[in-house]
Amino acid sequence: MGTSLTPEQITERLSKQFGDELSVHLPPGESAAQVAIVSRESLEDTLSFLQSEAGLEFDFLVDVTAVDYLHFDEPSIQERFAAVYQLYSTIHNHRFTLKTPVPEDDAWVPSAVELWGSALWAERETHDMYGIRFKGNPDMRRLLMPEDFPGFPLRKDYPLRGRGERDAFPQYLDSGPISGGAGKEGGGE
Amino acid sequence: MGLEKLLGDNIITTSVNSVAKWARKNALWPMPFGTACCAIEMMATLSGRFDMARFGAEVIRFSPRQADLMIVSGRISIKMMPVLLKIYEQMPEPKWVISMGACASSGGVFDTYTLVQGVDQFLPVHCYIPGCPPRPESLLDALMKIQEIIDEEDSDEEAGEKRENPGIETEEETEESVSAEQGAAEPSGS
Repeated sequence: MGTSLTPEQITERLSKQFGDELSVHLPPGESAAQVAIVSRESLEDTLSFLQSEAGLEFDFLVDVTAVDYLHFDEPSIQERFAAVYQLYSTIHNHRFTLKTPVPEDDAWVPSAVELWGSALWAERETHDMYGIRFKGNPDMRRLLMPEDFPGFPLRKDYPLRGRGERDAFPQYLDSGPISGGAGKEGGGE
Repeated sequence: MGLEKLLGDNIITTSVNSVAKWARKNALWPMPFGTACCAIEMMATLSGRFDMARFGAEVIRFSPRQADLMIVSGRISIKMMPVLLKIYEQMPEPKWVISMGACASSGGVFDTYTLVQGVDQFLPVHCYIPGCPPRPESLLDALMKIQEIIDEEDSDEEAGEKRENPGIETEEETEESVSAEQGAAEPSGS
């Protein structure tokens, strides 16, 4: 068991290595831990540094997710989305969070599959929900929503009740619902 | 008919229909489609305390081909609905459907993009159970309602006609629509 580092110490190590490419963001709240923000271009280097550098050795990618900053003024993230990487080291028992701003009109980030296999499905889910593509991920199919689903439901401009997908199954509705039973007559409103 | 006098006290005459109905309603084989907490209540209904066996419906079949009563107990998402329909199609006629709980009947509290707002949009439901989740007594009540429905069905043929499924020959439908699209596209293309 190595020595566990605080997020502050980890951002310090990162700043030493990457200098200006890295900015540090302290979320509101007393107990909130520091979050490092890196550009999309230096994301791969930063992640592989975090994984392999002695003393850090983040060997477990807990989750990949995203945040939609639409209608939310966050000075440290100037783009609409941010991809979020939650890391944990089973060797040193410390955690770290990394964010990458992702622009709306060109929504992609490099994949972390080469570094951690657990990125495979986490990135699929993030793509499914936010429409962010992960370049290098070999399987970018939708994970939770049906494969022909048109929208990205966790985007803030997606309506909670959807855009009518839940009432429209083209493959079944073309021929009408199954009739009979005591169901409402023409009950589909 | 006077036949009874001839046959004596040990033989009862009746119609095939009423015997079939009697057999069906007292030996319903449920196909449990449990996707949420309603399924837990369904399990409670099946087990000793409430004992669905008292009404002849204890033989849970996990193969739709052996079941004649579908109990939709739980949320049905838009990804699950085609699965539910496929399973329903595999059940042999005659068959009945119970929509158990608020979610299966109306979407319940999950008024969201991914949840089907009532399976009755796509399935012929014979009995709805309110509740979130309903008590086992409610499910037993629904079961007895289904038995009443079976009892009241006029004749076999009519029941069959009523439940004829015009809607689910999906493959043919899509093929037709595809060929129609191609036909429409060809003249403009050439």
